[in-house]
Amino acid sequence: MAGEAAVKVPYREKRPFDYSQYIRKGKLPHIWCAGCGHGIVLKSLLRAIHASGLSKDEICMVSGIGCSSRTPGYVDFNTLHTLHGRAIAYATGVKLAKPNLKVFVATGDGDALAIGGNHFIHACRRNIDMVILVYNNYIYGMTSGQASPTTPQGMVATTSRYGHIDPPFDTCEMAKAAGATFVARGTAYHCQELEKIFYEAIHHKGTAVIDILDSCPTYYGRLNKMKSASEMMLKVEKDGTVPVAQAAKLPPEKLEGKKLRGILYRAERPEYCEEYFKLIERVHG
Amino acid sequence: MERKFIQGNEACSEGALYAGCRFYAGYPITPSSEIMEVMSVRLPKVGGVFIQMEDEIASVCAIVGASLGGLKSMTATSGPGFSLMQEGIGFACMAEVPCVIVNVMRSGPSTGYPTGPSQADMMQVRWGTHGDHPMIALTPSTVQEILTETVRAFNLAETYRTPVVLLYDEVIGHMREAITLPKEGELEVVDRARPNCPPEEYRPYDISKGEIPPLAAYGEGYRFHVTGLYHGEDGFPTGNTKLIEEANKRLLSKVEKNREKIWKNEDFYLDDAEIGIFAYGVSARSAKFAVKELRKKGIKVGLLKPLTIWPFPDKAVREMAEKVDTIIVPEMNLGQISLEVERAAGGRCDVRGIYRVDTEPIHPQQIMDAILSREELTLPTELAERDMTDG
Ligand SMILES: Cc1ncc(C[n+]2csc(CCOP(=O)(O)OP(=O)(O)O)c2C)c(N)n1
Repeated sequence: MAGEAAVKVPYREKRPFDYSQYIRKGKLPHIWCAGCGHGIVLKSLLRAIHASGLSKDEICMVSGIGCSSRTPGYVDFNTLHTLHGRAIAYATGVKLAKPNLKVFVATGDGDALAIGGNHFIHACRRNIDMVILVYNNYIYGMTSGQASPTTPQGMVATTSRYGHIDPPFDTCEMAKAAGATFVARGTAYHCQELEKIFYEAIHHKGTAVIDILDSCPTYYGRLNKMKSASEMMLKVEKDGTVPVAQAAKLPPEKLEGKKLRGILYRAERPEYCEEYFKLIERVHG
Repeated sequence: MERKFIQGNEACSEGALYAGCRFYAGYPITPSSEIMEVMSVRLPKVGGVFIQMEDEIASVCAIVGASLGGLKSMTATSGPGFSLMQEGIGFACMAEVPCVIVNVMRSGPSTGYPTGPSQADMMQVRWGTHGDHPMIALTPSTVQEILTETVRAFNLAETYRTPVVLLYDEVIGHMREAITLPKEGELEVVDRARPNCPPEEYRPYDISKGEIPPLAAYGEGYRFHVTGLYHGEDGFPTGNTKLIEEANKRLLSKVEKNREKIWKNEDFYLDDAEIGIFAYGVSARSAKFAVKELRKKGIKVGLLKPLTIWPFPDKAVREMAEKVDTIIVPEMNLGQISLEVERAAGGRCDVRGIYRVDTEPIHPQQIMDAILSREELTLPTELAERDMTDG
C-alpha cells in the first residue's frame, strides 16, 4: 500500500481555488517570514480539506506554541492554540468530548518531538483519531534558531554553533514504532503530493502522522549558509527526498542521505474513541 | 436519605458525578489515586469519559480540551503532579475555561514523604502558575464537606469560567466517615452560560453583556478561537497594550469582585471568644475538638474555619481580629497561611502559629497545650528571621 496516493481530487475542475472561504476575515497577514514553507503547507491542507467535503464546523484544529502553531488563528474552524508541546494532550480531550469532530494538530518539530514527545508517542500508542501535522523545519523558528530534535548532525543552530552533535529523531520511524496507523512524509516543495497525503490522512481512522519537510530560511537557512529560500527547498526538500515507490527500484548508493516521501506505513487497528464508546455500551448495560 | 460510610476521596468522586462531571483525565499518585479509580468505574456507566493520561501535564491539558468540547471536567493529583500542572492551570485561567483540579496534599517538597499528610501547598495553589491570575481554592475538612465542596467547586468553575482547586490533605482524603448522599435536586448544580446569539456574532470574551461571557462548545456551530496569548474579545491574539492591561485586571477582578459570593466559612464559638483559631482541613478538625475541650475548662476560645481559602477570607479574619486578643493558626506547614492571617488581621490582634511538618497531623492536645501554656506558639515571621540570622 505504501506510496499509493493516486486519489481523485474533485475540486481540480474549478480553478482557481478560493482559499478565502477557509481563512478568517481580517486575520491576515500571517506572522510567517518571507520564504517560510508554513503557508504552502496550509494551502495544501485547505485544498485537501475542501476535497474531503468536511464542513468547517466539523473541524477542530489544535496547536502548541511555535511559528507553525500559529496556523489555527488564521483558519475558520474550531481552533485551539495551547501550550508549547501540549497540543496533542488538549486535542485528546477535545476529541473524546466531541468524537464527531475531525481533529488536526499543527505542531513544530520542537513542539511535537522535544517538549511534546511524550504526548506524541502516547497518542500514537492509543491510535486516537487525529491528523498530526509535524511542520519539520529542523530548528526552533519562533525562538530564533536553536537546535531541535530533528536538526541533522553537523548543522549549525544558535545553540550548536560548532556543529550539532546530537543524532536526530526520524519522526516517521518514531510514529510507526509508537503505534501510529498512518505514517507519511511530504514536503512543502511537493505541495500537490502533500495535498494528496493530507487527503488520505483525513480519511484514515486512527492516528495519522505526517512529517512535513519545511524550510526556515530566516534561521536554519542563514545559519547554514543556504543563500535563499528556494535554494533550501531544492536542496533539502527536492534533492533530499525520494518517493517511496521509486525507492524500491533504486540502488542503495542513490538512497544515501535521502529521506523517503509518500505514505510510508498504513495499518488497521482499533481506534481509541471507538473502543471507548464500545466500552461505555458494554458497561452501561 | 441515603447514608454511606465512605472515604474522602470516594466522596470527591461522588460529588463530581453529582455536579455533572463527565470527563476525567488523570495520572495516578498517592494519596489521590482513589478518585481516579472510582471515576474509571463510574464515568462509563453514566456515558462519561475516563482516560488515564501519560502524565499530569497531559491530564490538565486534556480536561481543558474536553471542557471546551462542552463537558464538565476534572483531574486529581498530589504535590508532584500538581507542580507539573501549573502551566496548564495558567492556561485555563487565561483562556477562561472551567475545570476542577483536586490536590490531595502530601508532604513535600519533591517526592517528600508520599504517604504522609501535609498542608504545605497553600501558597502554590494561589501563586503556582506564572503571572497575575485569579484563583479559587476550597478547603473541606470532613468527608461530607469533600462531597459538597466538590459540587461547589464545579459550580464556581462554571459560574466564573475559571479553574477551581479543591484542596485537602491526605488525612481527610483517606479517612472514612458516614455521610449523607444528597438526593437529586437537593444541592444546587450550576451549568455554564451558553451563547444564544447567532454563531457569526459570537465573541467568546465579550463582556459588554456581563463580566462572565457565555462559553460555546466546539463542534456546535460556533467556530471560535482560544489561545493562551493575550487576546481581544474575539479571542484572537492582541499586542494592544491597553487591551492587555484591561484583560489582566479583569481576570483577577472577576473573582475578587465576587468574593463575597465565593467565600464560605464556618464559625464555632466565635461570638464571645477571646482567643480565635483559624484552621482548615484536618487541622480544623483538631481545632474544633480543642475548642470544645477548652470551653469545658471555661476558656473563651472559638474557631473560624474557611471552606474557601482563596480568595482569602480577609473580611472574616478582620472581624475576628477585632474581637479576640490572639488568633492561633495551626497548620501542617511552616506558616504559609498564618502570614495571610497576620496580613488580614492588620495589627488588630496577635497572630501565632502552630506548625507541624513531621507528617503527623496536629493533635487536639497540641493545640490545647499551646493555648494553655503559650509555649509552643510561633510568630508567623519567626522562622524566616531565624533562617536569615543563621544564613
Ligand atoms: C514551556 C515552554 N518552553 C519554551 C517555550 C519557548 N518556545 C516557544 S516556541 C519554541 C520552539 C518552537 O519550535 P518548533 O516547535 O520547532 O516550531 P517552529 O517555531 O519552528 O514552527 C520554544 C522553545 C515556551 N513557549 N514554553
